[in-house]
Amino acid sequence: MERLRAEAIQGAGWGPLNLTVGAGECLCLQGPSGAGKTRLLRALADLDPHGGQVYLDDVVAARIPPPQWRREVALLPADSRWWATTVAEHFPKRARLDPASVGLPAAALHWTVERLSSGERQRLALLRLLANQPKVLLLDEPTANLDAANVARIETLIADYRRIHSAAVLWVSHDQEQIARIADRCATIENGRLTALIEVAA
Amino acid sequence: MIHLDAADLAIAAVLVVLLALLSARVQRRLGWQIAFAAVRTTVQLLLVGLVLKTLFAAAHPGWVALMASFMLLMAGYEVTARQTRALRGGWAFGIGTLSMFLSSFTVTLFALTVIIGNHPWYAPQYAIPLLGMLLGNTMSGVAIAMERLSQVAWQQRAEIEARLMLGQSAREALRDYRRDAVRAGLIPIINAMATAGVVSLPGMMTGQILAGALPVEAVKYQILIMFLISVGTGLGTLAAVAAASRRLFDTRQRLRLDRLRAP
Repeated sequence: MERLRAEAIQGAGWGPLNLTVGAGECLCLQGPSGAGKTRLLRALADLDPHGGQVYLDDVVAARIPPPQWRREVALLPADSRWWATTVAEHFPKRARLDPASVGLPAAALHWTVERLSSGERQRLALLRLLANQPKVLLLDEPTANLDAANVARIETLIADYRRIHSAAVLWVSHDQEQIARIADRCATIENGRLTALIEVAA
Repeated sequence: MIHLDAADLAIAAVLVVLLALLSARVQRRLGWQIAFAAVRTTVQLLLVGLVLKTLFAAAHPGWVALMASFMLLMAGYEVTARQTRALRGGWAFGIGTLSMFLSSFTVTLFALTVIIGNHPWYAPQYAIPLLGMLLGNTMSGVAIAMERLSQVAWQQRAEIEARLMLGQSAREALRDYRRDAVRAGLIPIINAMATAGVVSLPGMMTGQILAGALPVEAVKYQILIMFLISVGTGLGTLAAVAAASRRLFDTRQRLRLDRLRAP
């Protein structure tokens, strides 16, 4: 079953390209910087104007209110932003959260954002995103600049979430070893075009 | 009232020239700016003096309306010119002018008909100075607030989009920054009300006293004006910020900074 489908999606200077990600599937995206990977993810999350159509479970984006679309097709940018003082203020109210799932104590929700290390920031940013229970995860180099222990935590967390919620995952990564670990398929983007799509052997 | 002749003004002008020379030693451009602004003030005020003289003599509603429209368009132009990242495509001018029209004109009309109640209500001697004071202050509030909103949206783009990515609506994502912009627009008039009479003697009241009015009468007028100005500025600022924040997003609630002019 396909979760996310993009038909002839394109923006200024990239595309058009077609893309589908199935329920419970992890599709990795790779390609040189400036190839259009981030712009593709932003268009899929409907943050930038774009041509073409995007469907979630066969429902076209235009039929879903934008905030709901972005909760369900959730984008994790390379660099997370925090606007309030404490961690908890960034989470939806009444969300069921378990910081233990990202290897942090429950008290982490009451920490001030300022004291977070880059690894803690990224893990909490992911927890914050997953609190919305998205159906699709768009991950823009989520483990760049993290140490090996944190990379392993994030990979496990996403793999678990993907399995439990049959979520579709679109994961931008440059690390061939990581791609071999996590991906079902791997797509290459060059100059705004999809140039290769291969199955990754498990 | 003691009559001023050209020689009196010339003496004051010499002082401004001295200031310009002194400032030019700090920064050449600043000296010229002072000189240019002083010339502008002289020419504009002399012209408006002549216009008011004819206007008072004619007292025709059509001429009053024409003068009011001219003042409004100039205020709209000033609001746009003062912004570093104004909304493109005439939106900054349109939003600024419309919100000033809605607030200043309504409040002036209300004051003329309900509070002052002279006949005819459009008598230029009351209508034009009142509108001028309201427009001038509303213009500052609207210009500051719109400038702050577009600046903040530009600088905090990543934060606003992070909120959108987590499923906040455009309204929620911009709420803190909108509040910030409204506050920035209203602070000057709040401060002016708070310090009136203690630190500063407001210009209109001072003018009336110089012209020989009883201080208590002048004070009553000043209080009225202060209230009207705060209401006009407040309504204008709220309207401008509301309209401008809508324009910062499109129908899919995407933050559209491409709608802002590059500085």
